[in-house]
Amino acid sequence: MSSGPKSRWLTFGLFALGLALLPFLVDAGMGRSWVRLLDLALLYVMLALGLNIVVGYAGLLDLGYVAFYALGAYVYAWLASPQFGLHLPFWAILPLGAALAALFGVLLGTPTLRLRGDYLAIVTLGFGEIIRIFMNNLNAPVNITNGPQGINLIDPVRLGGFSLSQSHQLLGITFTGVHLTYYLFLLFTLAVIFISMRLEDSRIGRAWVAIREDEIAAAATGINTRNLKLLAFAMGATFGGLAGGLFASFQGFISPESFNLMESIMILCMIVLGGMGHIPGVIFGAILLTLLPEALRYTGDWQRSLFGHVYVDPADLRMLLFGVALVAVMLYRPAGLLPSRRRRREFADAEA
Amino acid sequence: MDIFLQQLINGLVLGSVYALVALGYTMVYGILELINFAHGEITMMGAMVALAVAGALALAAPGLPGVLVLGAGLAVAIPVCVALGLVIERVAYRPLRHAPRLAPLITAIGVSIILQNVAMLIWGKQYIPFPAILPEGRHHVLGATISDIQVAILVLALLIMLALVMVVQKTRLGRAMRATAQSRQVASLMGVDVNRVIAATFAIGSALAAVAGVMVSAYYGLAHYYMGFLLGLKAFSAAVLGGIGNLRGAMLGGLLLGLIESFGAGYIGDLTGGFLGSNYQDVFAFFVLIAVLVFRPSGLLGARVVERA
Repeated sequence: MSSGPKSRWLTFGLFALGLALLPFLVDAGMGRSWVRLLDLALLYVMLALGLNIVVGYAGLLDLGYVAFYALGAYVYAWLASPQFGLHLPFWAILPLGAALAALFGVLLGTPTLRLRGDYLAIVTLGFGEIIRIFMNNLNAPVNITNGPQGINLIDPVRLGGFSLSQSHQLLGITFTGVHLTYYLFLLFTLAVIFISMRLEDSRIGRAWVAIREDEIAAAATGINTRNLKLLAFAMGATFGGLAGGLFASFQGFISPESFNLMESIMILCMIVLGGMGHIPGVIFGAILLTLLPEALRYTGDWQRSLFGHVYVDPADLRMLLFGVALVAVMLYRPAGLLPSRRRRREFADAEA
Repeated sequence: MDIFLQQLINGLVLGSVYALVALGYTMVYGILELINFAHGEITMMGAMVALAVAGALALAAPGLPGVLVLGAGLAVAIPVCVALGLVIERVAYRPLRHAPRLAPLITAIGVSIILQNVAMLIWGKQYIPFPAILPEGRHHVLGATISDIQVAILVLALLIMLALVMVVQKTRLGRAMRATAQSRQVASLMGVDVNRVIAATFAIGSALAAVAGVMVSAYYGLAHYYMGFLLGLKAFSAAVLGGIGNLRGAMLGGLLLGLIESFGAGYIGDLTGGFLGSNYQDVFAFFVLIAVLVFRPSGLLGARVVERA
């Protein structure tokens, strides 16, 4: 981690190559449903990196992040489904959703600039809930969101004449929809990682860290804290909106159900458990928390082998175990599982 | 006019329940500057335990008067909730008292998830009806109706709040609590056992939450493993509205929020020409919350400075 930019890029390249082969290895080893999970994990990596800009870099605790995800998804659904009879092309809608999310990011940021810490968390939480309640209820008297039923039959991604929902034969290899989606998501994820990395070492990224560590001191050194905080909100929201659009195209169906507070909390937990402000940590946390609940489904098998039959439905048990994991990690590794060097040092100082 | 009066009564009843829960948030915040995110779940646990006890009693001794059955439910629910509050403070908050502020927030969320799922595993996912053990008497006042349950909630909430103010103002424990809220360090130098005071704060807050949980489930006639979440959020909004850390503020904020919600839900249809309906009831708390934090971050009665990390 500590080496110069050259080896950093090398790691990056090797990582990308490994990722290119991943869906086929997973498909062969664990089955098609896990490739789908891999697609989802990539979406969460994008979301977590977006929230990481707001929380990890700028230190603005945002518990309503899922609202931006929802906005991106709804914009995509409105413009590419029978809901309004519009079927605009993928490349036109996706930036639109991201831009609208960014706009809402600024809208949320502007009135909350004075707030910090827990208060900001609560206000953003309220914002997320307001967006969700509206999406849940805006089906009457004018049907905009189709209410709790959600929007169905959303167009899959189509690039030219090439649809990502069907299987294709390329160079003698069969690529199914989930495989192709994986590559599309990977492309976006890599772009998000790249932007995050560049931001971290930029003037802006350093200014964010300064604001996070001591806002008054940052302002005193001539940093425009207002604009930079708004920028953090907007950038985070953009990634959220982008992921939302991709999610809508991937699922083909969205409803307010997918954008509840738990989702915001889940994304926050990803970055805190992984290691806030640290890109590898955040990616690790996102993948871990996407796959962990699925892996916890196997507790049914353990119960069967231990006691002879299943006492507790594993689907019910996994959230309980998840809660226990959250508490345990915070108590024993408060800096996260994969903290950056800076944070590890800070925590070591706090201990002493 | 009768609609207005009806909404006023409903709002006051709802508001007094919010106030009881809000007191728990505000007391903990006053002392620890920590939002006890799991407080709503303690309320839910109170309701569930009391329901289970009342249900079992109603089966075992069908002739028992409803007030006694409910009293027995409360008598079990309060100690259970107090114990829960103490365990949560000890396990999830105390070890992190000097950690960065995100850490206790995450453990609190973890505890909420645990409590919700424990309740779900014990009592199932469905809504549990509140047994019809209370008299269903209704009184007519100037064209509005007020039920016995509503009267009971109002009176009980008022008595509890008075008692709490007395405890905080007049007793040794109350003085220690106020001292700890001002400065933990100085209080401990003056011989206050800060850890005990904090534990006592959690215990009192949890007891209030238990009562509020029973009230709200009796009022709506339902209980559910997820009911604590929204109730907790609204009560927290009430605490912020009144000025967090301020006991009278929590009471005022609770009542106001109850009224805003009740009137909002009653009149929003007319105000927006039918575009928005009463299904937006849950939105008001959040709008109030955002408006207060933006325009008067210290709340209506609060004097504390909000802007700290």
